[in-house]
Formats: sequence, structure tokens, C-alpha cells
Amino acid sequence: VCMTNCPTLIVMVGLPARGKTYISKKLTRYLNWIGVPTKEFNVGQYRRDLVKKYKSFEFFLPDNEEGLKIRKQCALAALNDVRQYLSEENGHVAVFDATNTTRERRETIYKFCEENGYKTFFVESVCVDPEVIAANIVQVKLGSPDYVDCSNDEATEDFMKRIECYKNSYETLDETLDKDLSYIKIMDVGRSYLVNRVMDHIQSRIVYYLMNIHVTPRSIYLCRHGESELNLKGRIGGDPGLSVRGKEFAKSLAQFINEQNIKDLKVWTSQMKRTIQTAEALGVPYEQWKVLNEIDAGVCEEMTYEEIQENYPLEFALRDQDKYRYRYPKGESYEDLVQRLEPVIMELERQENVLVICHQAVMRCLLAYFLDKPAEQLPYLKCPLHTVLKLTPVAYG
Amino acid sequence: AWASYMTNSPTLIVMIGLPARGKTYVSKKLTRYLNWIGVPTKVFNLGVYRREAVKSYKSYDFFRHDNKEAMEIRKRCALVALEDVKAYLLEECGQIAVSFSRLNIWFYIWVVFFVESVCDDPEVIAANILEVKVSSPDYPERNRENVMDDFLKRIECYKVTYQPLDPDAYDKDLSFIKVINVGQRFLVNRVQDYIQSKIVYYLMNIHVQPRTIYLCRHGESEYNLVGKIGGDSGLSPRGKQFAQALKKFIEEQEIVDLKVWTSQLKRTIQTAESLGVTYEQWKTLNEIDAGVCEEMTYAEIEAKYPDEFALRDQEKYLYRYPGGESYQDLVQRLEPVIMELERQGNVLVISHQAVMRCLLAYFLDKSADELPYLRCPLHTMLKLTPVAYGCKVETITLNVEAVNTHRDKPSLNSHNLPAGQTPVRMRRNSFTPRASADTVKRPRHYSVGSKPLDLLGPFPSLE
Repeated sequence: VCMTNCPTLIVMVGLPARGKTYISKKLTRYLNWIGVPTKEFNVGQYRRDLVKKYKSFEFFLPDNEEGLKIRKQCALAALNDVRQYLSEENGHVAVFDATNTTRERRETIYKFCEENGYKTFFVESVCVDPEVIAANIVQVKLGSPDYVDCSNDEATEDFMKRIECYKNSYETLDETLDKDLSYIKIMDVGRSYLVNRVMDHIQSRIVYYLMNIHVTPRSIYLCRHGESELNLKGRIGGDPGLSVRGKEFAKSLAQFINEQNIKDLKVWTSQMKRTIQTAEALGVPYEQWKVLNEIDAGVCEEMTYEEIQENYPLEFALRDQDKYRYRYPKGESYEDLVQRLEPVIMELERQENVLVICHQAVMRCLLAYFLDKPAEQLPYLKCPLHTVLKLTPVAYG
Repeated sequence: AWASYMTNSPTLIVMIGLPARGKTYVSKKLTRYLNWIGVPTKVFNLGVYRREAVKSYKSYDFFRHDNKEAMEIRKRCALVALEDVKAYLLEECGQIAVSFSRLNIWFYIWVVFFVESVCDDPEVIAANILEVKVSSPDYPERNRENVMDDFLKRIECYKVTYQPLDPDAYDKDLSFIKVINVGQRFLVNRVQDYIQSKIVYYLMNIHVQPRTIYLCRHGESEYNLVGKIGGDSGLSPRGKQFAQALKKFIEEQEIVDLKVWTSQLKRTIQTAESLGVTYEQWKTLNEIDAGVCEEMTYAEIEAKYPDEFALRDQEKYLYRYPGGESYQDLVQRLEPVIMELERQGNVLVISHQAVMRCLLAYFLDKSADELPYLRCPLHTMLKLTPVAYGCKVETITLNVEAVNTHRDKPSLNSHNLPAGQTPVRMRRNSFTPRASADTVKRPRHYSVGSKPLDLLGPFPSLE
């Protein structure tokens, strides 16, 4: 029986081109960002490492003994690495990305988890819409190393036959037969979900996250407020208004947004004057989020970095040592910021086109989530004033 | 600002399921949660309407589907209820109505979300009947066996016509969550918007296992002694005594698997340290940030910031300290704590006065008006036990003296009100929370980012 702190293995289930790798990567990125060490293990990658050159779908035929042997070997190798990550390298969550379409395979994995003291959580993606599947193939399969020498038509044809190889032996998670397992079944890219026996906090968070993400194309625009009066003086924090140049930026931003012709754009700001003034110039409705406020520099608010170094030399040095975890006295750390920004990320996932006008530290945290940057790099990400970053989800990133 | 993400269309939540499946339990709990996070919500319970129409309940025969007269009465009740729902959502600024009827639902003006409770475990059903039906107004004189018998027959009457939601065919375009066997399994279909997503998340985190929640403040602190608010002081000698008394109390209670949570301020941590058990520190449990007023006494605040002091007494829930927080901000900040408390079993939360008031308001369904004046004295433990449709509260004083930090609401015809003072600015894009039984009309605040319904007037002015 697992105690609450035991690691979790997330097991993906589903036919090829159902979004398993997409979900694995996204979920891994999210969990790492909120501070849960997570790693994904893609069995297909193990297969590519072992079988140097992919020939055709025949490798996946259910009666191809050689193929079956290699595939089982790869799965076991991946599980071995999972064990190393979770038991020896302090990982909390591992994501096992493979089809895992037979009950037998899932049994093997479940037993593996029991032996090692891991909790198991299955994530199945079921999709029968041929348009979605075709779109997936175009987005991520055609560019795969497996099809490097093929034309698009050849690749698509081969991949469709590959899917057929799995179909006959596919045993979907069943309400009765699998009633004691913990899982979420995602149907038709999130139209509906079946959730069974959520065991703990992390599984509950995973379920909530998976239920909020979507794949509708959209863009997220991130920028800081225009230059502020305190920026000009080199002071941090506070609640100043825009400088002359800052107001100019706001006007340019309005122009830029108009030119982009974005459908149903939502605009979000913090509750500090400088972001609100920037948004006001756009002449469109906008939402104010208190959680988008800049990092609270506590006793160092409204000081210049020179003044901080003079008045609090120890603090100044400490911050440079571990900028992510360092918390200003009576203020916040980047780590606190990430926790505070999690609802923003969740809502960004739910939304479509959004422009977020925020602050330097806040923007770094958001950017780190989208670009999968680790804690060490986060506080040093470049987010200059008067620059807009346009993020468009593509393939796996 | 998350409350602003409500679609401006109101939402009708329809509870579905056979009797004794927990519909009333879920609807009351959900309503309490939604009101606490600031979404005006009200339950319209058909049973109540039926009891009004048919003064005395005789037997399960009323519910037989071939009982024409009864069916007429039930239909009429459903229509009356629907009229009340319309009035609440369209005229009284309600955002969400929770009802139990599938009849005559109007789809055009509000968003409908179904919550179905399906249960085939006879033990669960029997336990439900004993817990809430035996004491129902329908059965004033009966003994348990008769009640159980009659109620089970009542359920049979409904079974004849019960049509569960069918996600694969008939109901595949509806938005709903099907809760199976008290949360063992969920089927979620077509979640349309933010509020439905929050409802689903909440329903997936609550449970009905018996457990107890203990709420208390840190022991008396050095600052408490001198009347200073906020700051990060340590425990006074009496505070340390309290921590010892707390340890003894906890040991005597013999609680199974107790989790202990504190804030990240010294005074709660020191209190927990004395318990000698593992505890978790939550930054979100830190006391309300009094901004520029931190570490001042109330007398000093009144002297230095008289306008702010008066404003706060006028509207204590919404008032935000300059550079600090309001109770409203606190509620938003504490929502993850509430969610995790729902998931957990036995928990002891050692926090602070304002924080404890917010948590208490959630469990006891107190509105924004009452919240900032709830009594949470030092050195007193509140023991909360879920029971039937609500929460039983036991107040336990641990017999260690402490200063009183409570300030009552001053009388309204106050000479403190500075002339020409602008009223406390309502925070944009938020609702004020209400208790479920609240009937006072409050103005609706709009998210500037969404189109309002034409019926309801211009935006409130900004700045």
C-alpha cells in the first residue's frame, strides 16, 4: 500500500495518432513548472534507438515475431529507466508514453508499479473522428524520423496501415473489467471524459489540467507594460504610471493589435497602474487580475539595485546565488510567483486568443511554462520592455 | 478577478437522480461553495414546493407514476419553481440556480448544466435514508423501519420512469457530469465554460467519508500583547502555554491520521512545533496583509489614517488596506486551501484571525457581511464535523488566557464617516459572496471583457 508520498507512473493508452505524445509532453511540462519533477519516456524513441532504420508498417504486424520481441524489449528498457528516475533520481512522476493497448501489457506495467511502490494512473485517449486523426498525422507523423525518406503520401499510407495493426488487439479501458484502476479516458479530444478512482491530490490536479486543455489553434501574446516612471529611475516595484515613451508604446501596441486582426482577443492586465494604462490605450475591454501583479520586493520595493546592494548587501548576494528561490524579506520569490500564477496558466489553457500585459518577473514565469524552461533559467529569461512575444502552439511545443 | 469569467448568461444546474442519491447534499454543498467564491447561487428544492402544496405527506403512494392527481400537483410545483428560478436569475442578479426538475427547461436564456448522481450500492442508499430522510418533515412521527420501508417504495416509484443521462446517444450534446457511486467514477460531457469547469473540479474533490476539521489561531503573540496587527512576531509566554495545551488536547482526541497545516509566519509555526508531529506550511494561510498599516495598533491607524480607518468600518469585507489586501482578496487566496480541505480527512489548521474567519464562513455558510465579524478568539478551538446537510460546530476553549483581538461592527450612524468621502470602491469584476440563504438583492458587477445582458443597466463607473 502506497503512502501519500510515493511516486506516480502515468501510463498513456491509445491507438497511434490519438495525441498520446502531445498529452505526455504537455502534462510533463505543466507538472515540472508547478514544481513536480516529471519525465516522459517515449517507447517509440527506444525503438528508434534499437532498430536503426524504420522500414515499414510490417514491423508492427501482430504476427511479426521479431517485431514483437523488439517492442517488448523496448518497453522493458523504458520501464527500467522509469525505475531509475523514480527510485534513484528523485523523480516524482514518470509518464510512460506508448500505445499500451492490451490489457496484458497494462497488467505487466501495473505489476511493475506495485513491486516498486509506485501509484499507477492511466490516461487513455479515444478518438474515432477521421479528420482529427488525419490532422494529427500531418502535424507530427510526416516529420517523424521514421518517414524521413518517404513522400507525404507514402508516409500517410504506411501510417494508416500501422494503426490497423493495433486495432484488432485493442482493449479499451472498461468500466467493469478495469473498475479498480485509476484512470481518465479522454474522448474525442476532450468532448467528454470518464474518470475512475482518483486516488490523491496529484491525480486530481492531473485530471483538472487534462480537462482544461484544448487543441483549437490560437495565439498567446505576452508583453510587459510600457516603460514606467520608476523604470526610468531604475527603481523596482511600486505602482507608478507610464513614462512618455511608455505611453507611446501603448499606442504602438494598439496599432499592432489592430493590424494582427485577431479573432475574439481577450486582454488581461494586472491591477497595477502601468499595465492598466497600457491596456487603456488599446480601446478594448480588458480584465484585471491581481495575481498578475509584479513580484513583491518587500523591503526592497521602490529601491534601485544600487540602493539594495548598499542597504542589504547580504540579501543582494543571496538573491544572485539562487534567484528562483530567493524571497525578498516581507516579499516574494519566483517560486511563490509560480504558485500564484497557476490559475492564470489554467485559464490561459482554457482560453483561445489572449494578450497578457504584465511585468518582468511575471512574464518570465509564464514564458518558462510555455517554453519548458527549468527553474534555473526562469529568472534570467529575456523579457525586455516594449517587446511582444507571440506564442503559437505547434506540434509538440 | 477570476469571478469575472462567468459567462454573463446565468447558469441553471439541474440535479438528476433517484431519491436518496445525494442530490440535496450535493446541491447545498455546491451552492455554499459557489456563494463563498463570490458567485450568487441559490437552490430551488422541489420537495419544499411540494410540501407547501400538499400540507401533509401520507405515504409513498403520492409518488406512484399512475397517481394522476399527485402528478398534477407535482407538475404545478415544478412550474412554480421554474418561475422562481426565472425571477432569481433574471431579476434578482442571481448567477446560478440549482434545481431538481427536468421539466420545461428553457434553453434559450440560460446555460444548462446537469449533475446526475447514480448509485447502485444498497448500503450507501440505506445510510443516506437513515441520515437525512428519517428526520425529514415528511416523516414526523414514524420510526426508522417504517421510514425506510416507505422511502424504499418511494424510490421504486421513481425507478419506473427514471431515464439516466445517456452520453452516447440521446444526451450527447448536453453538458453534464455523472457522479457514480459517490465519486468513485465520473463521466463528464461537453464542459462549456469556466464555471462548469470549476463545478466539475469541485464535485470531483469532495467526499463523504466521516472526518473532523479543527480550526484555531496561533497562540497569543508578542504583537497581540501590545495590540499591533500583522507582522511576524513570536509567541508570548501565554501563547507558548496554549501550544502546550493544544498538544494535550490533540493527544486526548486520539485523531486518526491527523494532518496539521500552518501558515509561513512564526507564530503558527511555533504553535505547531509544540505538537511534536509533522506539519505542512502553506504561504496562502498567512494573515491578511495590512499593507501600510502593518505592525500598527488600531489607535495608531486611526490617528495616522483616519479616512482609511473609517472606510474599513464601513465596508470591512471589501476594504483593501493600501498596499495590502481585503477579506475579498483573502477568500480568493484561500480557495486552494478549501479545495484541499475537501479532499483530505482529519485536518488541524493553525492560522490567523482573518484567515480563520474566511474558512469558517465557508463551512458555516456565512455571507460577506458577517464574515469579517465572526468570532475567532485566541486560544479557542473550533471543531467542525460534517453532519447531514451541514456542519456541526463545537467551540472548545483551551483555558489559557489571552487578549481579545475582536472588533465588533460599529453602529452605522457613525460620526466617523468623513464628509464627502467616496464610498469604498467595489472591486471591478467581482461578486460579493452570499450565504445560501441570503435574500438581499445586490448589484451585479460585470466583467468588462464580456458583453452584458441588455436588461441590466450600464457598467458601474471606474475610477
